[in-house]
Amino acid sequence: MHKYGDVIVPIGPQHPALKEPESFLITLRGEKITASSVRLGYNHRGIEKACEERTYTQGVYLIERVCGICSHSHSTAFVQAVEEIAGVEIPARAKYIRTLIAELERIHSHLLWLGVAGHEIGFDTLLMYTWRDREVVMDLLAKLTGNRVNYGINTIGGVRRDVSVKQKEEVLKAIDTLEKQTKYYIDLATKETTLLKRLQGVGVLSHEDAISLGAVGPTGRASGIARDTRKDDPYAAYGELDFKVISVDNCDVYGRTLVRLGELIESFSLVRQVIAKIPDGPITVRVPRKIPAGEVLSRYEAPRGEDVHYVRSNGTEKPDRVKVRAPTLANVQSVSKMLEDRYLADMPIVIAAIDPCFSCTDRLIALRDTQTKKSNTVIWETIRLKGIEWYKQQGVDFTALNKKLSKKLHL
Amino acid sequence: MGMISKIINWSRLKSPWVLHFNTGACNACDIEIIAALTPSYDLERFGVVLKATPRHADVLLCSGPVTKQIESRLVRIYEQMPEPKFVVAIGSCACSGGVFNGCYNVAGGINSVIPVSAYIPGCPASPKAIIDGVVKLLRSLETKERKSGGKK
Ligand code: SF4
Repeated sequence: MHKYGDVIVPIGPQHPALKEPESFLITLRGEKITASSVRLGYNHRGIEKACEERTYTQGVYLIERVCGICSHSHSTAFVQAVEEIAGVEIPARAKYIRTLIAELERIHSHLLWLGVAGHEIGFDTLLMYTWRDREVVMDLLAKLTGNRVNYGINTIGGVRRDVSVKQKEEVLKAIDTLEKQTKYYIDLATKETTLLKRLQGVGVLSHEDAISLGAVGPTGRASGIARDTRKDDPYAAYGELDFKVISVDNCDVYGRTLVRLGELIESFSLVRQVIAKIPDGPITVRVPRKIPAGEVLSRYEAPRGEDVHYVRSNGTEKPDRVKVRAPTLANVQSVSKMLEDRYLADMPIVIAAIDPCFSCTDRLIALRDTQTKKSNTVIWETIRLKGIEWYKQQGVDFTALNKKLSKKLHL
Repeated sequence: MGMISKIINWSRLKSPWVLHFNTGACNACDIEIIAALTPSYDLERFGVVLKATPRHADVLLCSGPVTKQIESRLVRIYEQMPEPKFVVAIGSCACSGGVFNGCYNVAGGINSVIPVSAYIPGCPASPKAIIDGVVKLLRSLETKERKSGGKK
C-alpha cells in the first residue's frame, strides 16, 4: 500500500523524454522519486529465434539489426563466435579493418550520446552542434562501408570491403577535424555552468552498487570500475594497439560524460594507430558453410559496455542457439538506484546517462512481481492448454483424435 | 474556400508537425530521422517540427516493424492525433516488416495496423530519402487540396 501523498506516474512507452518505447513506473512523493520500476519488451522482435531459422551468413545481417547504433558490435561479436567454433583464423588486415570500423562506430555513438544528453537537460544547442560534427564520421562510415548505419562490413571469415590508400587519408583528415571539435566539447563540459549544474551529483551510483548491480561500460567506468574488454580480453587488433582505459570516481552523470569524452580522444588515437599499422594481405578466408558442432561465448566492448554473444552449433549450416546479452541489460538495473531520492526533472538525464538501447535489450520478456515473488512468465504447458482451449472455441476438438492416436501408439 | 480554411491549409502545408514513434525499430531508422532534423540535413527548413505528443502532431513518423507488444499502443497514438492525419512509414521494416518478417513477435509493417500515406524504403532510410519522402508527401497534399477545393 502506498502512503497518502504518493503518486505513481507511468512514463512511456511513448513519452517526450524517451527516445525508444520502454516504460517506467515512477512513484513520487511531491517532486521526489521514491521508487521506480522499468518495463521492457516493447521492442522485442524475436531475433534470437529467427537466427535459428537462418544460415550463419544470413544471421550476420540479422544480428547486425539487433541495434542500429552499435550494429558493428553485435555483428563482430557474432562472427567472432562463429569463427572460433569453425576454428578459422581471419587475416590480420581484416582484424584491423574491423577495429577501424569499431572505433569509428564508438566515435559516432559517443557523439550521439553527448547530443542526446544535451537535449535531455534542455540544452538543444549542444544536440545540434554534436550531431553536425557527427555527420563527419557518418560520411566516413558511408564511404568505407557503403552504408551510414548497419554497415554490413563483417562476414564470417573476414570483412567485405578493403580500405584504399585514398580512404586512409580521408580518415586521418576527418579524425583531425573531430579531435578539434571534441576538445572544444571537453572544454565546454568542464567549464560551462549549465552543464555542471545539471550533471554533477545527479544519478549517483556508488562504486559498491556499481559492482553489485553489474554495471558495465562507461556507466561502470564512471564509478571507478576500470574494466574494458578491449584490454581484459583483447579481440580483433586491440592486442597490438596502445590505449588507456578511461575511468573516473565521480560516480555521477558528470563522470559518465567525462568517461565518454575521454574515450573519444582514445578512439582518435586508436584510429590513427590502425591506419599507421594496418598490414597488407587478403581480407577474407574461406569458411565452410557447415560449422562443426560446438559452443562459444564471445565478448566485445561495445560503446555502451560489454556485449556478450553465445552461439551453439550442431554441425549444420544453421545455428542451434544464439543468445545476445546487450550492455544495456546489465546497466538498466542500476537506473532504479540512480533515481532514488532524485527529482523527477532529473529522470530523463539519469536514464539517458546509461545510454540505454532498448532495441538491444529486449530479448526476452520475463516479469517478476517483487511483492508476491510470482513470475508471470508463460510456461509451455499453459500455452499448449490455451491452444487446445482456443481450438475448442473455434469448434475444433482434438480430444477424441488425441485419444485414438495415443491408443494406436500404445498398441 | 473560405478565408479561414485557406489559412489553415496553408499553415498545415508550410509547417507540418511531426511525431516520431519507434514501433520496434533497431534504432538505426530513428537516429536517421533525428539526423534529418539536425543542421546538416535540416528538415526544419520545410517547416517540419518534431513534437512530443500525438495531440499536437499532423504527421506520424513510424520506424520499425510493429511488435505485438506495441500494436495496441500504436493504434492508441494514432487515434489521439487530430484529423487530418498522415502516417509515414520509414525504413524497410516499417514498409513491410523487412528482415523481421515472420518473427514470432512481429505483426508486420505499419500498414497492417494503421493506414499509411507514404513509404520510405531503405535499411535504414537515409536522411536524404526521408527528406525526399516528406517533401513528396507535402506536394501530393498540396495538389490534393487544390483539386478538392480545400476540403478534407
Ligand atoms: S529498416 Fe533496417 S535500419 Fe530501419 S529499423 Fe528496420 S532493420 Fe533497422
